[in-house]
Amino acid sequence: MRSTQPVATRQAPASAEEPRRALLSPARRDALFGILLRAVAVLVAALCVLVGVVLVVRSVPALQRFGMSFLWGTTWDPVQQVFGALPFLFGTVVTSVLALLLAVPLSVGTAIFLAEVAPRWLAAPISFAVELLAAIPSIVYGLWALFVLVPALQPVELWLSEHAGFIPLFRGAPYGVGMLAGALVLAIMVTPFITAVTRDVILAVPHSIREASYALGATRWETVVRGVLQYGRTGILGAVVLGLGRAMGETMAVTMVIGNTPQISASLFDPAYTMASVLANEFTEATYALYLSALIEIGLLLFVFTIVVNAAGRLLVLRTRGVAAGTGVVA
Amino acid sequence: MTLALVSPVPMAVGAVSLNGAGATFPYPLYSKWFDAYAKQTGIKINYQSIGSGGGIQQLKARTVDFGASDAPLSDAEMREMPAPVVHIPTVAGAVAVVYNVPGARAGLRLDGPVLADIYLGRIRRWDDKRIAALNPGIRLPGRVIAVVHRSDGSGTTYIFTHYLAAVSPTWRANPGAAKSVNWPAGIGAKGNEGVAGIVQHVPGAIGYVELAYAMQTHLPMAALKNRAGRFVLPGVQSAAAAAAGGVAAMRRDVRVSVVNSPGANAYPITGFTYILAYRHQANTPKGRALVGFLRWAMHEGQRYPASLFYVPLPPAVVALNDKAIASIR
Repeated sequence: MRSTQPVATRQAPASAEEPRRALLSPARRDALFGILLRAVAVLVAALCVLVGVVLVVRSVPALQRFGMSFLWGTTWDPVQQVFGALPFLFGTVVTSVLALLLAVPLSVGTAIFLAEVAPRWLAAPISFAVELLAAIPSIVYGLWALFVLVPALQPVELWLSEHAGFIPLFRGAPYGVGMLAGALVLAIMVTPFITAVTRDVILAVPHSIREASYALGATRWETVVRGVLQYGRTGILGAVVLGLGRAMGETMAVTMVIGNTPQISASLFDPAYTMASVLANEFTEATYALYLSALIEIGLLLFVFTIVVNAAGRLLVLRTRGVAAGTGVVA
Repeated sequence: MTLALVSPVPMAVGAVSLNGAGATFPYPLYSKWFDAYAKQTGIKINYQSIGSGGGIQQLKARTVDFGASDAPLSDAEMREMPAPVVHIPTVAGAVAVVYNVPGARAGLRLDGPVLADIYLGRIRRWDDKRIAALNPGIRLPGRVIAVVHRSDGSGTTYIFTHYLAAVSPTWRANPGAAKSVNWPAGIGAKGNEGVAGIVQHVPGAIGYVELAYAMQTHLPMAALKNRAGRFVLPGVQSAAAAAAGGVAAMRRDVRVSVVNSPGANAYPITGFTYILAYRHQANTPKGRALVGFLRWAMHEGQRYPASLFYVPLPPAVVALNDKAIASIR
């Protein structure tokens, strides 16, 4: 017994390896790898479709009860069982667009600084700090916004409403909490994403573009704007769409400071509501079937909205890419 | 085989575990209870504080052994359940009205109709005649009232809106009473921490939070005029008086709301939170364990609530619960 054991183990590896090699030829291994990858890709797509299916199925009671009027209804009253989604659509779109208006110039400016202007010893720590911003959990942003941003915003809003109150934008109640606070915290949250992608896009622009521009006597400003940004606009647009998607889906941070009131107001200071926020607020305590179903339909709307925005972004990117390719040949 | 399985029966009883889900409001107390009960008996109780709505859904689907809700089931909801459900009020809680009024650091007094009109947006300024009439000693500022309410569905809102509905016919007709309502005024803040945060930072704000939260954040609390005409501050004692005042009505139906309860020292915004269980327990060892735990909670367990700013049950409610628990089979 004792003597045969080592012999057997010594023989085992050699005999086991031979048939394995025969079973999986390089071509077969590639085929298997291909199948595996396809399965993974299909799985991801299937998950997305399944999410859609479940959302549609579970929002059927609300769809039957309210039909299309769910989209433009402005009342959300769980007691009277009346549900309309318009204030949430409004709040989601306005806060996201406002956030992008604030974040895009900041992000693109930061990205240009990091990629084109800053010396390496400065660019590295700033890049690191920007990426760190992306890693902060959103509830931390929310609490920070509630306890720091909102009190800081109050005197500004008070001043604006006193001195510029004739503009409807500044007419609301200057509590600090409201649409503006929501948009600001969103802007801070999407900035690291847009900055990081834009910086990478700018770094990927070939050096020959810059050299050619300088050779024609362009200044640094002209080189960056007409050369680098022009060349990389497809990628930058992609970065903005990424930021928009993130802004629309952001929940906790916005919920903490937006004031959670389903109304449509022209004022930046008035409280508003987003689709993601109402889900976070009311889903756990929705006790009857129609209420739950109305909330799931809000989820469905958010899902469709995100798909439409992403698709629109993709189309835009494809179109500009086509145009860029066309002009590129001529130039 | 069977003999080998049957022999460790005493051990198996100790290994029974129960699953529950529901309200977040009583969670600090429940986790204390479950921990203490497991140490005494070895029976483990898992509880997910996913919200009352989720707890009711899971009880309906029979994925949990008991549900917990800050609001009792309505008659319609009772009919929707697959089998008769028993309500066990486990503990009472008070909702404190907190405020931030420059010049009035403490001592603000309000009554039900005035509070309702503030939340209806009818009383808009702190120097309103009706507030001033209740507070002769305080110089109220000419500031706009910033009304703050909970944005997330919550038992706190359920008790608060039930109180407003009890004292104001207008409130009862329009926003009504529920865990989420269509608020006619103000801004919504998420959670007790959100309401407290905004009240702290916005001069002129008024809001409502759980008693424990108001105590811990040291926000000034308003004294409310109760049914006996006295101004009462929220506290464990005054809420216990309110709970005791609701007993007569609870004898008829334990689900009745006890807000605006009679009693000289009763704090009017007080309510119960409930454990829900099926009257007929399909799985007998689990059913027996559940009954055992509920009995324990009603008696030994009642020494835990006060230290966590919950209100222990009045003896009469314990007696009602004992009867209800005995009906579970």
